[in-house]
Amino acid sequence: MSNIPSDLKYTRSHEWLRQEDDGTVTVGITDHAQDALGDLVFVETPEAGRSVKAGEACAVVESVKAASDVYSPVDGEVVAGNEALAGQPELLNTDPYGEGWIMKVRPAASAETPTLLDANTYASTLEE
Amino acid sequence: MGEQTPLYSEHERLGARLVDFGGWDMPLHYGSQVDEHHVVRREAGMFDVSHMTVVDVAGPGAGPWLRRLLANDVARLQAPGKALYTCMLNDDGGVIDDLIAYYLGPGDYRLVVNAATRAKDLAWLQRHAEGAEVVVEERPELAMIAVQGPSARERAARLLAEEHRATALALTPFTAAQCGELFVARTGYTGEDGWEIILPGERAAEAWQALLAAGVKPCGLGARDTLRLEAGMNLYGQDMDETTTPLESGLGWTVAWEPAARDFIGRAALQAQRDAGAPRKLVGLLLEDRGVLRGHQRVVTPAGDGEVTSGSFAPTLARSIGFARVPAGAGEQVQVDIRGRLLAARVVRPPFVRNGKPRIQLD
Repeated sequence: MSNIPSDLKYTRSHEWLRQEDDGTVTVGITDHAQDALGDLVFVETPEAGRSVKAGEACAVVESVKAASDVYSPVDGEVVAGNEALAGQPELLNTDPYGEGWIMKVRPAASAETPTLLDANTYASTLEE
Repeated sequence: MGEQTPLYSEHERLGARLVDFGGWDMPLHYGSQVDEHHVVRREAGMFDVSHMTVVDVAGPGAGPWLRRLLANDVARLQAPGKALYTCMLNDDGGVIDDLIAYYLGPGDYRLVVNAATRAKDLAWLQRHAEGAEVVVEERPELAMIAVQGPSARERAARLLAEEHRATALALTPFTAAQCGELFVARTGYTGEDGWEIILPGERAAEAWQALLAAGVKPCGLGARDTLRLEAGMNLYGQDMDETTTPLESGLGWTVAWEPAARDFIGRAALQAQRDAGAPRKLVGLLLEDRGVLRGHQRVVTPAGDGEVTSGSFAPTLARSIGFARVPAGAGEQVQVDIRGRLLAARVVRPPFVRNGKPRIQLD
């Protein structure tokens, strides 16, 4: 069984999102996603300052076998990409909810609340 | 649900991630594809390759018949047990399949062909067997385990009865011997030392468990692919197929042009291309920028565009490498279109890695 922390929000495309105290959100891929992808060997994170739309592909994670897009869960502006992943893409495998975070986004003020899943709902999508 | 090898329940027991491969349910990995890759470079790993097709060819006409069917020349195999790697071509010089041919004795050969091409290969062989003094017999009851890595032979020797061990350990590269029920060949698809063992399917699980007990780690097709790519070995269906000739696939070295009188299928077309100069060639690529080469990416060269045929992250090199088919005049520096950006890549001569060591300059 994959690990699905109850304090995070999720998307159907296997991103997780954490609301930070400073108003930004941290985004990564779930334990289920990293397990399905296998050993990750390359990550392309977005540059700070880039505007993103909810559902827009804005990062790429590549395992030995294949490349996969990572979608922004919210409208907003990228505050930071996780530069540590350039040298240590395996952090996505070993610590997907911690050091393996992919980007921090400041949600647009006008953004509508996107449809995010809680942990139980996300878990149920994995069983479908 | 696809076809299952005699080792299927072993893979399930070991928690393998199973994938479809040419209609077979095969292990992709047993946890970490990269760890499995390193185990083969450093110690010993084993692969279930029972999906591959074993075909025995026997009869007084077998030798002459194979000299017509295969682009390499089985007449070069003088001693029983010797093997060669070859392409089987169509009339246009296109590659129907690549295979290993073993000479077992007068009028007695064994071919090991790819799983995904099984049906068309057998049809081609049967069609050309008509009127020749040969019997072509598929051996689906046989399983095959590749044991690869610097300590592979030493560990796998425990599978053999005492009386066969010395014989098996004395095998030189590309030579095989029947050791009781086990057909042991010093061949492989990883760039490391090792054996490929062909054995009765009902004995496969027992052999697999004995290898596990000897410290040989199970490895999946994922590691097999990165190992063969680092070793500079082509994969049929990706790096060559019926629309490409050996000369366009980095396999010119497998074509036996001498004796000139040997009229193998595809020779005339291949000779014409050789005389005119092949318009394309298969090269090795090292990606110099950050990213990962993948099949079908566009390669931009001063002589025109080409295409990546195989690409991956190379665990031994911690860099991305690949093969690409490019115009014959492509130089050493090329660019690869990765998600709309042109990244720098350098043409290098495979193999990238052999016997655990890098064979190309990385910087």
